[in-house]
Amino acid sequence: MTETLCPPAARTPADYKSATKPVWCPGCGDFTVLASLTRALAALQLPPHEVAVVSGIGCSSRIPAYTACYGFHGVHGRALAAATGLKVARPDLTVVVTGGDGDGYSIGGNHFLHACRRNVDLTYIVMDNHVYGMTKGQASPTTEPDWDSKLSPGGTGVRSFHPLVIALASGATFIARGYSGDPGGTADIIAQAIRHPGFAFVEILSPCVTFRPEQRNWKQQVRPASVDRTDDAARAARRIMTDDGFNIGVLYCAERTQYPLRRERVGGAVAALESEFVL
Amino acid sequence: MSAAAVAAPTLTQVMAQALAIERAAVERYNALADVMEVHNNRPVTELFRKLAAIETQHVQQILAHMGWKSVATAPTVWGLLDGPESVPEEHVHYLMWPWHALQLALGAEERAEAFFARLAETAADEAARRAALELRDEERVHVALVKAWLERTPEPGTDWADDPDPPRYTD
Repeated sequence: MTETLCPPAARTPADYKSATKPVWCPGCGDFTVLASLTRALAALQLPPHEVAVVSGIGCSSRIPAYTACYGFHGVHGRALAAATGLKVARPDLTVVVTGGDGDGYSIGGNHFLHACRRNVDLTYIVMDNHVYGMTKGQASPTTEPDWDSKLSPGGTGVRSFHPLVIALASGATFIARGYSGDPGGTADIIAQAIRHPGFAFVEILSPCVTFRPEQRNWKQQVRPASVDRTDDAARAARRIMTDDGFNIGVLYCAERTQYPLRRERVGGAVAALESEFVL
Repeated sequence: MSAAAVAAPTLTQVMAQALAIERAAVERYNALADVMEVHNNRPVTELFRKLAAIETQHVQQILAHMGWKSVATAPTVWGLLDGPESVPEEHVHYLMWPWHALQLALGAEERAEAFFARLAETAADEAARRAALELRDEERVHVALVKAWLERTPEPGTDWADDPDPPRYTD
């Protein structure tokens, strides 16, 4: 930490919050993720009208309404598709995509793969609680196979989805894991993800205290990743595949060409656009 | 995780850290007050707002003491997941009583006391050590105040969380 004292910042985290109060269950990790997001935006001093928060469906997808930025509460699993369109059309905007594990890895799984592959300059924040909370506790893609519940007695027996490995294999250029109970560290990760040029994927462990009360123990399990980030995909793959899911921090950060590719247009803008539609 | 602990903090660093801790506590109490307001738990809403107001006074005191308008470079608490004086958000319940909220506040004040005691042990010089000890002593006073507050607060029965129709949805 430096000792530099400076005048009051122009914008504080409160400037990025709307007047709408969250309706999440008391104790939900998403409250702190919201606080971390607003802290990150304040740290970057981004004007709220130059930020768009795009989401799908689910508890965590309510976040756009709780920010003072532009927001789009879209359809289930399609947040990345909508956000990609927005970013391509308005590259001047900072586009942050938010959602949960059910929304992003199940119905939105295909969009997740291709967003990683395209490397559009988006920040994708997934609040992972290993359960569908809004629809009352069904197993999600990241639910452990032996999680016993009324809706899946004895567990589903189905292997869990590994989002960080999938993101790496699909071409994401920034991969991090945060924990909602670490608001300062999570805000720092989100700020780094927003600054990263390309598709930045931030998985945040965010407990669902209603349907997964045992996740309160995550506080005792998380720890800072013991090794620094790498830009070597092979090393990152080994590291991510062998950790226990509780190492937090930026795990992988690399550079790659972003979509859309910056091509020289031939002729006038309208003519060039028309030519792209010629069969 | 937030920034690693500074090995030998100076006076400025100790006070900046105190400011970060108090600000984090204000933010958390206000957030929890909002939660309780949404769930129409008025007594606990009021209590969390009161605690946020008290912590805001501490922020102002630190700023005035140091002659700072703001410290933009001290946003996080060193070496910990959460601020020591921040009430853990995962332990609140929509039916909780003020007694529960004060128990959480007591834990927060005790953690802050221990934090500043540790900081004093690693201080860079005498001025930083004295400041850390002063902050520790202030937190010790707060611990006593919350304990006294708890004694005046009715303790809930064992059925405080009973709800025949629990709101297991967010809409």
